[in-house]
Amino acid sequence: MSLPRFGPHDDPGPNFAALLRLTRSGSGTAAPGPVEHQPLAPPEIPHGTTCVAVRYDSGVVLAGDRRATAGHLISNHRIEKVFPADRHSGVAIAGAAGPSAEMVRLFQLQLEHYEKVEGTPISLEGKANQLGQMVRANLPAAMQGLVVVPIFAGFDTVASKGRIFEYDVTGGRYEERDHAATGSGSLHADTVVKLGFRPSMTRSAATDLVLDALFVASDADSATGGPDPVRDVFPVVAVIDAGGYQRLEDAELRRRTERLLRRHRTRRETDRGGSS
Amino acid sequence: MTMPFYAPPEQVMKDKADYARKGIARGRSLVAFRYSGGIAIVAENTSSTLRKVSEIYDRIAFAGVGRYNEFDQLRIAGVRHADLKGFAFSREDVDARSLANAYAQSLGQVFTHEVKPMEVEILVAEIGLEAGGGDDQLFHILYDGTVVDEDDWVVLGGETEEISERFEDALPGSPRSLADGVRAAVAALAGPDRTLSAASLEAAVLDRSNGRRAFRRLTDEELAPILDL
Repeated sequence: MSLPRFGPHDDPGPNFAALLRLTRSGSGTAAPGPVEHQPLAPPEIPHGTTCVAVRYDSGVVLAGDRRATAGHLISNHRIEKVFPADRHSGVAIAGAAGPSAEMVRLFQLQLEHYEKVEGTPISLEGKANQLGQMVRANLPAAMQGLVVVPIFAGFDTVASKGRIFEYDVTGGRYEERDHAATGSGSLHADTVVKLGFRPSMTRSAATDLVLDALFVASDADSATGGPDPVRDVFPVVAVIDAGGYQRLEDAELRRRTERLLRRHRTRRETDRGGSS
Repeated sequence: MTMPFYAPPEQVMKDKADYARKGIARGRSLVAFRYSGGIAIVAENTSSTLRKVSEIYDRIAFAGVGRYNEFDQLRIAGVRHADLKGFAFSREDVDARSLANAYAQSLGQVFTHEVKPMEVEILVAEIGLEAGGGDDQLFHILYDGTVVDEDDWVVLGGETEEISERFEDALPGSPRSLADGVRAAVAALAGPDRTLSAASLEAAVLDRSNGRRAFRRLTDEELAPILDL
């Protein structure tokens, strides 16, 4: 690979996606292009599903279940849909697994590339807009069934608070004040979050809330995977605060999941006891 | 019709080299060295926004002396090279040696084919995966594309001989601590007649304990107590 150099007129600046487009013919590898042919019925490809984000008193919790489905089959039990975008933000993606992973990779690189070239990171709002443009660029593929719908959440170091952004397939970007959900189980998950949400929650309460939301979603939506203490599969949960992005350990998630299951069991038992 | 004057290639190359060296000598120098936790780069630089030292990739740093616009252009090209390669292949496939070669090609091309050579000297530093630093690398690349694989430390810029002598005398043997190395570097850059304060220095490290992105700048608040000792 030779050193990529440009004249002042065609310099892509700090934009990695633009750089990729400019060098695609040259380097020839890996740069993702649009899907050219239009199949009559899209093949059944792996899809990832439910992700939720909740704001708490000093940051944001971002979580996603672990199931990927291809049609009626479960294609993966341990897929991950929640990723760090950079030090102070994360992204959770629902939709076609392949394009989602590709988008996350490009997004992460775009943020880091900008930071290195310009010497300063993009603002949180700027990052959210960048992701919106990537979702927009995916629209032709989305029309063929390769939908990608992310949630972007981060800690705004300027405003010193957690912020959440939701998207639609066209790249429409909507800032949510308190919580957001995406994917096939989002309806159920969002309802749980809506009912359980309190302003200025603690990090612990917000973590329990997202776990509960994913649990309930997995109950009603076949494409959302529930926690699996037998195989040690728990949702991916990340917290983002002033200290940065941090993924919660499985040990903590196991403890919280067991408590959650106990709570649901007790509730059922008391209900049964009360009615008899 | 006027005939172009004949100039022997030796003369042309010598003139270009002299020109480049003169340009580089006008700027201020920098020192890079290995320490127990990684690689440190210390530059004399009064500006806190126009950087000489910067991050290229997870374990790779860049430093340049000479004309700012020229080495900054090279820095950005390096970031692009590394990011494109990491995206096309994988993060661990990005290495300093191939980047240094790409720089050498580019600088050599400009030196022989263009009217004005680049008035820069650059450094590509990489910390390896070995805990003891056995596979750390320092590539020193000159204005004409010459690559020198440095072993333990290197001085870039003008007056390199004087600074190197002073640095060699002051530098404790390896393994050395960051603070000892920085003090030796600053003393060597300053010379006997000057003292340099934290505000007129730019320092950064590739720190093995810093996670995936090893590059970290040392702030004035971190530097000042090291220099005061």
